[in-house]
Amino acid sequence: MSILGNRVLRREDPKFLTVGGTYVADLALPGSVHVTFVRSSMAHARVVSVDSTNAQAMAGVLAVYTNDDLGMAKFPTVMGMTNEAMAPPMLASGTVRYVGEPIAVIVAESREIAEDALEQVVVEYDPLKVVIDPVKARTDEDLLFPDAGTNTSFSLDFGGDETLFDDCDVVVELALVNQRVAPCPLEVRSAAARMAEDGRLEFNSSTQAPHGVRDALATFLGLEPDQVHVVTPDVGGGFGAKAMVYPEDIVVGWCAQKLGRPVRWTETRSESMLGLGHGRAQVQHVRIGGTREGVVQAYRIEVLQDSGAYAGFGTVLPFMTRVMTSGPYKIPKAECASVSVVTNSTPTTAYRGAGRPEATAAIERIMDVFAREIDMDPAELRRRNLIGKDDFPYTTPTETVYDVGDYHRALDLALEVAGYDDLRAEQARRRATGDLRQLGIGLSCYVEITNGLPDGEFGAVEVRPDGKVIVRTGTSPHGQGHVTAWSMLVAEQLGVAIDDIEVVHGDTDIVPRGAGTMGSRSLQIGGAAVNQAAVDVVEKAKDLAADLLEADREDIVLNKANGHFHVVGTPAVSRSWAELAETAAKDGNPLFAEVDLASPGPTFPFGTHISVVEVDTETGKVNLLRHIAVDDAGRIISPLLAEGQVHGGIAQGVAQALLEEVVYDLEGNPLTSTLADYSFISAAELPSYETRFTETPTPVNALGAKGIGESGTIGSTPAVHNAVCDAVAHLGVRHIDMPTTPIRVWNAINDAATGDGSAKGGR
Amino acid sequence: MRIDITVNGTPESHDVEARTLLVYYLRDAVGLTGTNVGCDTTSCGACTVLLNGQSVKSCTVLAAQVAGDEVTTIEGMALEDGRMHPIQQAFQECHGLQCGYCTPGMVMAIASLLAENPEPTEEYIRLGLEGNLCRCTGYHNIVAAALAAGGAPEMHQ
Repeated sequence: MSILGNRVLRREDPKFLTVGGTYVADLALPGSVHVTFVRSSMAHARVVSVDSTNAQAMAGVLAVYTNDDLGMAKFPTVMGMTNEAMAPPMLASGTVRYVGEPIAVIVAESREIAEDALEQVVVEYDPLKVVIDPVKARTDEDLLFPDAGTNTSFSLDFGGDETLFDDCDVVVELALVNQRVAPCPLEVRSAAARMAEDGRLEFNSSTQAPHGVRDALATFLGLEPDQVHVVTPDVGGGFGAKAMVYPEDIVVGWCAQKLGRPVRWTETRSESMLGLGHGRAQVQHVRIGGTREGVVQAYRIEVLQDSGAYAGFGTVLPFMTRVMTSGPYKIPKAECASVSVVTNSTPTTAYRGAGRPEATAAIERIMDVFAREIDMDPAELRRRNLIGKDDFPYTTPTETVYDVGDYHRALDLALEVAGYDDLRAEQARRRATGDLRQLGIGLSCYVEITNGLPDGEFGAVEVRPDGKVIVRTGTSPHGQGHVTAWSMLVAEQLGVAIDDIEVVHGDTDIVPRGAGTMGSRSLQIGGAAVNQAAVDVVEKAKDLAADLLEADREDIVLNKANGHFHVVGTPAVSRSWAELAETAAKDGNPLFAEVDLASPGPTFPFGTHISVVEVDTETGKVNLLRHIAVDDAGRIISPLLAEGQVHGGIAQGVAQALLEEVVYDLEGNPLTSTLADYSFISAAELPSYETRFTETPTPVNALGAKGIGESGTIGSTPAVHNAVCDAVAHLGVRHIDMPTTPIRVWNAINDAATGDGSAKGGR
Repeated sequence: MRIDITVNGTPESHDVEARTLLVYYLRDAVGLTGTNVGCDTTSCGACTVLLNGQSVKSCTVLAAQVAGDEVTTIEGMALEDGRMHPIQQAFQECHGLQCGYCTPGMVMAIASLLAENPEPTEEYIRLGLEGNLCRCTGYHNIVAAALAAGGAPEMHQ
């Protein structure tokens, strides 16, 4: 019986549960010094002077360095697409552009001394005009980079078809904000570096991409990649925001090199809220048109993306938004255009979904507005426009090719699990009686792209003479459970027990190459590479078994029930994996296979989420009663892990719809820079979820698997958002921007009562 | 200053600065790194330990405040025969952890909640865990683990 598809418990867990994980801050690093960063308290200013005299004179302070001391180049552009003048420096150079930007680095004998020294560094600022609103930034009235002559960091000038909506009987439009949120992995950024005895730089990093960190350190520190050894121990979450290298990482490596002492750095949460990249941050204008019978004919989205203070990865998020423009619908004409601008705020980056949740949020919200306009049930409108299961592969108007799907099946199952008709009846009853607690039902049909970037992945499988199997992977899990999932894949191919399998990741000396874990890529490319290596090692073993059993190669079979090779028909005479590995070792040829699997292209997971909320019309408070998620990620290898990914995604998606927002005042002061101020969602605000999977295997990879890491986030946000708007739609409210906090909902209800139904409410 | 605290049943005595927080006493002086630091505003609960059997956030307690007291951390939760505690077992059974960073604090908070109320409702667990943040699991399986542990026979002996 296959182990795949079974509920296998995580092999990772006992350690985490009994002694805790080993995160970077847990590593013993004898003789280490501590680093802390002097950060800007101004959103936009010329740095007149940095006086560290008093700090440097303190006992236990080794050094204070500024960007001039480093003498390093700026970061490169993102994929060659972003404005070069806006690339971030290591430490602020002459001008600070957001609160929290690192200006100088302090190295001290202890964390406490470093913190005390921080108080003694005096930075003199000459304030500049602050640009915090991306809409204003786009006017170029005040510039962050005068040399660039613009605030535009990147643009996608597609579309502009004036005739797009000419044939449409009904056209509706909507301006909406996909607000800035903070990724908030529970473990903040952390690094520990030392010069090893062999003269190489050893760098421990809390990252999603150890090889990316290795290559960046090598580039900036003037080393060859093999002179840098990156180790990624346990990582306390990443969610996209730890996929990139940060200036602080490079500076920590530089300090270890410069001082010849082991150096460690762990930011505080309050630093992390300003230093770790933020997500989303789009202002969107969408327009949809179609017939009164509910056939959508045209759709257009214009995106204004907030890059934050420098042109980092967040700048190119609209690229992915454009890829997913028309969502799961068969819309003949669809366009996406975007402009990214810099503002005096924390640079934005990838956050669970990275450009795709924004696309889904836009089209799913306006589908509801369109349904209301033509007086059609939103589920029925979706059903009429979903791409049919016989339409695949399907090419969208923005030239994305969806692999395979059965979108109607997911919608139907979600409606059935929800008891949709009963919910609508209950809603009608409450509306008719003027219940103070109104019911809202929200749908979201989504399709998204996983493994959307072109990188391949490394995987290797080695069988040792003691029968143990060593698996090496270029993916870098930080909670996803690759040790268990990759063990299942290899156990399936080799017919060995998962407890005999060791999975190694996150060490650039042991794993030569790897792109890491992001974009829901790991299983479909990294797992597929490991699976292929396992297949290859079985083939090699068959060669050896044929020799030992003096039989034809074609007659050798592997009995997966016991992991023994034998000649077909005579199972009594067999050779075990250990025996074959020993023979191979004696021949000086370890029983080993490695694979660099080229990406066969992306896959497109899909599904339908339905959310049920109760809105207290007197207070505006939203209570999430139920959340139903039907997700299809192709073949499910580990239902336990897949479900866990969906759960976590749902919570983050709900958080964006209801609670979370990074807020700045007009002077660029962050108002949500601690976990006491930022509305990080908790167990108390959430129900248990109702999750189901449909399985439509993809032909794109041998496993039939699509990504599942981000579906929960992408599917849930619009369902919850639509549910809140639906709960008060009959009161005349057309739209409420996220997060739908009590004050916003309350304002919207009251504004609608006084005639302004498009009100967005205050904070 | 010298501070004596009984940690997981073992008397500990260390010289630390007066301003040392309990969490850093445990991590740096005692060397038990299972207890994590997740924030600096007593919001996240990653550092939750038991102080004389009741959960506290160890980032908000000075080591000096609890001199002479008994502290239990995740490292002290396993049963005497080495098996995992029912709460730890339930976390694995229910897939209540992913990155593992919030997990020690969650386990300790739940130990305290179940000690106060051995037959909890889902709502009791959810409200009780409001001060323990998790970014990976969406709380669904943590709540399931807490309820499963609450129903485990070993918890009622």
